[in-house]
Amino acid sequence: MNGCIVAFCCEHSAYPAADLAGKLRLHYPENLRVIRVPCAGRVDVIHILKALEKGAAAVLVLGCEDGACHHITGNTRAKERVKYCNMLLKEVQVDGRPVAMFNLSPNAPHKFVSAVNEITKIIKESGR
Amino acid sequence: MIIAERKPMEEIKQAMAPYKKVLVAGCGTCVAVCWAGGEKEVEILASQLRLARSAEGNEIVTLEATVERQCEKEMVEELKDKVAEVEAVLSLACGSGVQTMAELFEDKPVFPAVNTTFIGMPEKEGLWVEMCGACGDCFLDRTGGICPIVRCAKGLLNGPCGGTRKGGKCEIDPEKDCAWVLIYRRLEKQGRLDLMREYYSPKNFRAVKRPGRIQAAKA
Amino acid sequence: MATPFREILKTKGFVVTAEAGPVKGSNVSKAIEHIELLKDKVDGLNVTDNQSSVMRYPSLGICLLIKEHGGEPVLQVTCRDRNRLAIQADLLFAYSRGINNVLCLTGDSIDVGDHKEAKQVFDLDSVQLIHLVHTLNSGKDMAGNELDGGIDFCIGTTATPSADPLEPQLIKVEKKLKAGVSFIQTQAIYELDELKRFTEFVRNRDEKVKILAGIVPVIGAKMAAYMNENVPGIFIPQYLIDELAQAPKGTGVSKGIEIAARMIKQIKEEKICDGVHIMFIGREEKVPEILEAAGLL
Repeated sequence: MNGCIVAFCCEHSAYPAADLAGKLRLHYPENLRVIRVPCAGRVDVIHILKALEKGAAAVLVLGCEDGACHHITGNTRAKERVKYCNMLLKEVQVDGRPVAMFNLSPNAPHKFVSAVNEITKIIKESGR
Repeated sequence: MIIAERKPMEEIKQAMAPYKKVLVAGCGTCVAVCWAGGEKEVEILASQLRLARSAEGNEIVTLEATVERQCEKEMVEELKDKVAEVEAVLSLACGSGVQTMAELFEDKPVFPAVNTTFIGMPEKEGLWVEMCGACGDCFLDRTGGICPIVRCAKGLLNGPCGGTRKGGKCEIDPEKDCAWVLIYRRLEKQGRLDLMREYYSPKNFRAVKRPGRIQAAKA
Repeated sequence: MATPFREILKTKGFVVTAEAGPVKGSNVSKAIEHIELLKDKVDGLNVTDNQSSVMRYPSLGICLLIKEHGGEPVLQVTCRDRNRLAIQADLLFAYSRGINNVLCLTGDSIDVGDHKEAKQVFDLDSVQLIHLVHTLNSGKDMAGNELDGGIDFCIGTTATPSADPLEPQLIKVEKKLKAGVSFIQTQAIYELDELKRFTEFVRNRDEKVKILAGIVPVIGAKMAAYMNENVPGIFIPQYLIDELAQAPKGTGVSKGIEIAARMIKQIKEEKICDGVHIMFIGREEKVPEILEAAGLL
């Protein structure tokens, strides 16, 4: 896990998008660890914290676009949890590593790639 | 139920500073319901501490455990093996639980991770409000089921005070309702305003002599 | 020596009281100045009790000074800082030193003051306090014990005619009337119709109690707007705020005094109630101006 970007990918959106990105040979950093989840809403705060404990350089939660969640409110809950998680990290002054949420549709491989690249840029700029 | 709130992180970190191995102990009843000290909160707090201490270069090992009620000796006793392994216990239970823990494991320092605040209920999700002052002399039937001891900022029995804000809000906090206006409206609905017109003589503040102690009659 | 307040209440057509606010500290020189200035111009001089929950020289102390200087003090007792034992003890002491008028109040909350972490007492509320004074007056303490040397206080209390909602307040006023009070000093009044309604309500239940309208001069439009927003139980009508706004710069205080005097005149002429209670804390030296402008000197 050390130094990787952990990406929790919703199986209805981000996971197929990531898959498509691979098929299209779109370039994204190698140190990405994709974790498939049935919904972004399945990701709990503790999962994000543990990923960071294990050495992740950043944690992404990727889910469906607004209004398109297969479980209706999974993506909204995920957004709130990511926000809460950032607050928890700030509380203990361990907020140097980005934790962020992105929304995309299954046929948006470029969006997937740009999310990963954006986070990678943030990591580089913060000197990690 | 008992409502508690997690202490400021600085306070908790400072308390844990001298220790390298601690037990983070939660309670599955009141504090779990009000999101202060249940299993989930134990997990998160333990993780936060590990992350923080790791970043400082001073690792901490945390054991985690949550019992159904930390104020029950039999349940807390189940933690004895874990307690034996650690230097200190960080308890997320209410004051009752912390003290039960401290009494059973007298040789280990026990630190409270939450501030126990009041007896209350959820007004809506995530918002807990005080309801009962545990005065030991309940007269809720006479106030339409609204307790002036804790819901009136001054605990008046013959309220309201002269400071009610426009629209019936409390003098002290415009977000809070004046309890006596609430009582008035409730009794008016029930056609029992005569109860509010009655004079209530000074309260017996010694109905419960602290520390409270009640011996049940049945065997 | 001043005429006892309880006699004045019975005999005088229009009663005037004022308020002196103690300072924070043991230096009573300013208080003595105010006492000398006001004692012969008013029928009774109230002294506030840790007003706004700010710790100050006690009401009891200034009342003793008023007595020493030949004035007629009104001791204010709130329920915030003392329990029933302390209040009873204080009243015994006050009476033994010639103070025999008491204003019974609930008291502001600790939060508005300068010792925000103190414990609020509120062992009693204002209605219970009125009953307590009657009990002591009858020669017994609250626990039913006979007193060796009793007291005989003239009892007064406060009321808030501009409360919103008004009905719960009126229920409390009724309880106070039933408990038995000789005078009511209201919170600041700016709308005389409200005062009329309040007086009618009280008169229908108690013909003898004297009602003194609270007069607090407002010295600027901004202050008026601030008070409307932030001070509970006060309602300053827009036309007064406009009048204050139109006053030339630097004349705020005199405008405030002018408006106050005008109100007092109207209350007296129309016999709306039995007198006024003037509160100009921090500007006690201006009170004679108000009295003069109102034709009361």
